[in-house]
Parts: sequence; C-alpha cells; structure tokens
Amino acid sequence: MSDTNLQKARARKERMLGAEAIIRSLEAEDVTICWGIPGGAILPLYDAFMAIDHSIEHVLVRHEQGAGHMAQGYARATGKVGVCIATSGPGATNLVTPIADAFLDSTPLVAITGQVPTHLIGTDAFQEADITGIVMPIVKHSFLVQKAEDIPKAIHEAFHIASTGRPGPVLVDIPKDLQLTEIDFAYVDTIDLVGYSPEFPRELEGIEAAADLIAHSRKPVLYVGGGVINGEASDDLILLAEAMQVPVTTTLLAKGAFPDSHPLSVQMPGMHGSKYANWTIHRSDLLITVGARFDDRVTGKLDAFAPGAKIIHFDIDPAEVSKNRFADVSLVGELRATLPALRDAVIARKDNAARLEAQGEWLRDVQSWKRDNPFRYKKGDKLKPQYVVEAFDKALKGKDAIWVTGVGQHQMWAAQFLSIDGPRRWLTSGGLGTMGFGVPAAIGAQQGCPDAYVVNFDGDGCFQMTMQELATARCYDVPAIHAVMNNGWLGMVRQWQELFHGERYSETNLFGTIPDFVKLAEAYGVLALRAETEAEVDAVVAEAIAARRPTVIDFRIDEEEKVYPMVPSGAASHEMIDQAWDNEWVEEGV
Amino acid sequence: MATPGHHTLSVLVENRPGVLSRVSGLFSRRGFNIDSLAVGPTERADRSVITIRVDCTRHSVEQVVKQLDKLIDVIRVLEVHPDMAIERELLLIKVQADATHRLEIMRMAEVFNARVVDAGADSLLLECVEHPDRLAALEELLAPYTIVEAVRTGRVAMTRASVANDEGRAPLRILG
Ligand SMILES: Cc1ncc(C[n+]2csc(CCOP(=O)(O)OP(=O)(O)O)c2C)c(N)n1
Ligand SMILES: [Mg+2]
Repeated sequence: MSDTNLQKARARKERMLGAEAIIRSLEAEDVTICWGIPGGAILPLYDAFMAIDHSIEHVLVRHEQGAGHMAQGYARATGKVGVCIATSGPGATNLVTPIADAFLDSTPLVAITGQVPTHLIGTDAFQEADITGIVMPIVKHSFLVQKAEDIPKAIHEAFHIASTGRPGPVLVDIPKDLQLTEIDFAYVDTIDLVGYSPEFPRELEGIEAAADLIAHSRKPVLYVGGGVINGEASDDLILLAEAMQVPVTTTLLAKGAFPDSHPLSVQMPGMHGSKYANWTIHRSDLLITVGARFDDRVTGKLDAFAPGAKIIHFDIDPAEVSKNRFADVSLVGELRATLPALRDAVIARKDNAARLEAQGEWLRDVQSWKRDNPFRYKKGDKLKPQYVVEAFDKALKGKDAIWVTGVGQHQMWAAQFLSIDGPRRWLTSGGLGTMGFGVPAAIGAQQGCPDAYVVNFDGDGCFQMTMQELATARCYDVPAIHAVMNNGWLGMVRQWQELFHGERYSETNLFGTIPDFVKLAEAYGVLALRAETEAEVDAVVAEAIAARRPTVIDFRIDEEEKVYPMVPSGAASHEMIDQAWDNEWVEEGV
Repeated sequence: MATPGHHTLSVLVENRPGVLSRVSGLFSRRGFNIDSLAVGPTERADRSVITIRVDCTRHSVEQVVKQLDKLIDVIRVLEVHPDMAIERELLLIKVQADATHRLEIMRMAEVFNARVVDAGADSLLLECVEHPDRLAALEELLAPYTIVEAVRTGRVAMTRASVANDEGRAPLRILG
C-alpha cells in the first residue's frame, strides 16, 4: 500500500460505523475502484459509500458474476488486487464462479459480502447462505467477521493473503449488525498469521543442481506458465532464455510472459497448441518448468508427456512441485529471485560455451519445425474467424492492446493467431474455462487501463452469459470492443461432437440470428457493427478502433470452422490431429 | 512408492472458526479417505491439534501435507512416525455380562489396563486408553460375549520424550 494512504489510515482515530471502517480499510489498501450490487445485508456499506467523503469509485454492475470478473480483469491487467462486493445469499452465491475462476488462475481478488445479522446466523434467515462454507474449497482463505472491531484487521489480512505468495481469492463475510456497530477505528498494519509465510527463505541451493542438469542437457526447453506473470518475472525470463539460448513455450495463461515474436518462442503447448511446441516438449531431455503446473490440457496423457525429459521446477507454491510430474530439481521461491540466480549460475560455468555449441543442433531443429508448421487456416466462401483475429492484431500492432476472450473455439483462435509481446496483455479464463468471462473481464481491464485498446474476442454462446454488462459499459462509458465470433453454435462442443461423437449435435445449436446482436447492442446504446466478409471486417475493425466507445461487433463466421491442430482427449501431446492440406505438413519423426 | 500405507499426521492449527472443516474438507476434496480424526486443545488456548490418520501412498501423503500447509490457519504439519511416537486412543465399550461371565470379563479387562466404569444388571461398561492396535485386540476378545455398543475417539499421537526434539517429527514441508 502507498505510504500516504497507510499514514492516513494510521492517523485516523475516529469513532465510526463498521460500514465506514470497511471503506477506510479499502482506502488504506489503495483501492480506487470496486464493483458490486447492493442488497439488504450490505446496505450499511452502500449507505456509507454515499454518506462519507472517500476516494473509491464504486461501479454498479448488472449481475454479481460480472462484478467478480470485472475485478479479475482489472487485477490481471494491472497486477493490483481486484475488489467485488455483494449482498448475502444470492448476491454472494453469484460470486462463486468468479471466485473459483480466480482460484484456478491465481488471481488476487477480495470479495466482500454482507451476511445476515449475527443473531440470525444459522436460522435460515432471509437471504442467508453459508458463503464461507460454500467457497471453502475455492478460496485461498476466507473470514467470517465476528466483531466490528475486527473489520480493519480482516480486510488488511485479506489483501495481504490475496496478493502475496501465489495470489488468489479471499472472501470477507461481514454480518449486517457489525456494519452498523460503532467502533474506534484503529488500523492495524501488522500481520498476525502464524500459519502463513509466503516469503519463502530464498533457498537457492537447487540452483547448482539445476545448472548441472542444464549443462548436461542436449535438448532443453523452458516450459513457462502464468506464475511468471504473477511473479512479475518476464524480464528475468527473457534474460535467462537469451543467455541459455533455449526454446520457450508459454502456456495459455502465460501468453505474453515471453514475447510471441521472439525467435526463441515456440508459443503455446497443449491441446490446441502449436505442433512445434508439442514436438519440442516431446523430444526434450530437460523441461525447465517455470510457474507452470502440468495441467492436463497441456500434458495430454501424463505418462506420455515429455517422456525422455528430466524436470526442473521453479514455483512459488511448494504444493505444485511433484504434484503431477516428479521434479528432479525444484526451486521454491519468487521467480524474480530464482531466475536471475539460475542465469548467473549457467553463465558462470566453465563449460557454458561447450553447452551452447552442443545444444545448437537442437535449437536449429526446433526452429525448422517452427518455420515449417505455422498456425494456418484455409480461406473459403465464408468468413474465417482467424482472419478477424489477424485483422485486429494487425490494426493494433504497436499500440497498447489488451486482449480478452471467452471460452471455446474463438478463445483458441485468438490464442493461436494473436502475437502478444508483453505480460498482462492477454486475459483468458484458463483453469476454470468460464464462459461469460470475456465481457466483464474486458470492462474491468479497460477501467484499470483507460488508455489501452481492449478487445474481447467472445463467442456467441459466451457473450450471452454476461452480455447484460453492456449496460455497465454504457453507463460508465468503457470503450472496450466486444468482437462476437458468431458461428451460431456452442462451437467447441460442436467440434467434439463432430470429431468424436458421430456428428450428433446434441443441444449445441444456438441459431446465430437469435438474438440479433446488432439490435441488442443498439438497445444498450453502444456502437453496433456487423461484418460478414473480409472487406467488411477491415472496415469495422478500423471503425471500432477509431470510435473509442463501447462497441459490439457481430462477426458472422463460418460455422464449420474448427480449431486445429488438436491433441484428442487422452492422447499423448505430440499425437496431434489436423485437417487435410494440399501441401501436407511433414510430420517429423516424433 | 505406489503402495498405500498408514500415515499419522499431527496438524497444529489456530483455533479459528471453521478450521476443522477447512482441514477435513481438504482431504475429501483431494480424494483422501480419513481413517480416524481427533481434535483437541493444546497447551495453548488459541491452538488445537488435529490428529489425522490416512491410508494412502507416500506421494499422496506428501501432496496432502503440502496442501494442508497452504491453509492459512494451519501452523505446521508433522508426520508422526509410529516407532518414534506414543499413540493412544480411548475406547468405551459395553459388553453383555451376566453373573457367569462377569469375572472373566473383568480379568480380561485388567490385562488390557481397561477399567470398569459402570455396571448394570447384565452388562459392563469398560474404558480403555491404549495403543489403537491393543484396543482392536481387546474388542476382538470381548466379541464372543456380545458387544452392545462401542465407541472410539480416534488416535492422538506425540513424539516420545526420549527422542531428540526434531527426530520423530518429519515436517514434510518441501522447500525445493
Ligand atoms: C459456464 C460454462 N458452461 C459450459 C461450458 C462448456 N463449454 C465449453 S466451450 C462451450 C461453447 C462455447 O460456445 P461459444 O461461446 O459460442 O464459443 P465457440 O466455441 O463457438 O467459439 C461450452 C458450452 C463452459 N466452458 N463454461
Ligand atoms: Mg459459438
């Protein structure tokens, strides 16, 4: 927190209501914006928002799920803690999806919920839900505040826990009567959590063992996950990769943590990753894992993943080490400390020049796979989604762009065809795969980064899960562009049905003209555009980028288009299937 | 590595609301079956110890310890090695005992350091604090007399006083 806000909070020795104490505590944590919807059990807090002078903007959303994802979008784009607020019962349960999403994607989030008055807890009172119980397996921690005096402490600890170590969601449940109790505000800025020590001793003793493995490796690869972004370690990663001269693969969550345009990048591994990333991993003899967690969407069949590789694992969370794959060497700690230490150790070795020489052939192999097997698509009569992605990518080259997605085919096309060179510029729901993430996350990201160009590639299915937040976008004039890849289907599910379920399209047809997204967007008073041809795409992309106002574009894309290449579920990650090409890809002997 | 075995974990926690469900919930969420669980206060009012016995592989127990360690209210997790620890459990057992069998049962109880804590016209209520294996043996011996009711507390464990402070306690926190 900033010193001035902290000093203000310390100096404040007034008597005030618990509700006001919540606001003063949020100020002390440098919160400038939060998202939510009022209701009975949280009314005192909302009253205080209006009754007292303070420095927090509250954004009124249309559904608490939207508040949660907006806070997530904000958090992931800025690196700060996102804050969302809801009332008890249904308000709180509407936050469950964003909380779970933040848990799986390690996003710092503080959710504040009203609870029924203390004396009614446990009586099945109106709008009572045991929200701390409900979210128990999907939060980093939660508090059910018992005394009004504890409010500042609970909020301070919530922010500390959410933002340190491996970040995650923390819920603070505050009964209504405590919000209405007068207390002597006393801001406690010490942390009294004996069971929580995110600052791991910087045990760098694994470094030499790691450097040894690297020196003896002939085919190393850096396998990079979202931890590099949370750990603010992109620069350290680039320095390490360049010093080592090894290929770098970035998971879906890590896109941008290492520049896509970097010659050493082999982009995304896994189910819809690049052939060259999966082949590189498959053939590798050493996986230098950095803030990644061997997720099944990356590994495919775990036994067959990188079968000949030893594992070095860098992570802030000791529980990730050897969880899915045994680590030969592990380094638990902040990546900003461990990555430079590894770089120094590698460079210092006498045999480093010999290693570079010996690994040169590997790097040349990897680069030739990359050159020969780019992501590509076939043009046809109908508009291809990949063209839309490329059009935006081109139009915003050199500008500060933040890319957001829903979940489905469109998400994968965006991951494959966008070239992103910096961290916190790609926001997608990876671990939970939450349809409906896109619209609100884009709004929150835009509010956190007002000068950036925010583009949400959404699916027609996903869009309809949270599109009510267009009202929020309009009311607060949030100029993010929502590019709806309208294929008329729950396309990703349809793709599986086509490939693995005998083309039985059970309950996946959305009938692409219902609703009419242009009319819908017009009803919300936002800029509404449509494109069906490449020429129209070029025109609407230019118009939307120039407009700087909330925008929805209905892209009518080819409903038959699929995401390739693909690792079928349960297959080994190098066994990718692909569509037929006139100039067939040469399958390297992997 | 893949063969299951019994592991006793001693989990020192802060006495905060919900801490027991956080700990036990973690086991079920990660797919571990708890054999026995005992909770109680410690020498400090603000701390409790939860003693948990699980049947799982070494790899799994390491995983669950690391996950437990991540709970904010968990101060430390120790795996208690049986040969370096004293393990005890309390058994209350009610056995049918008419006049003809009464003395026999009482003699048997003596051998197991069990005490008669109540007696009725045709049953005896015994209490026994012992190693859980001994309790099982006692139950087996009493079975022929018809056990009316039996209840056990779940084991608690402590490193032997004779073992140097840290030996019997293997904090499984793995710091790389
Ligand atoms: C909340 C939620 N419900 C269901 C799913 C399962 N699911 C994954 S992708 C998908 C289809 C998404 O459809 P759409 O938004 O149109 O994207 P497309 O795949 O067509 O690009 C579904 C239903 C999910 N990921 N999230
Ligand atoms: Mg669709």
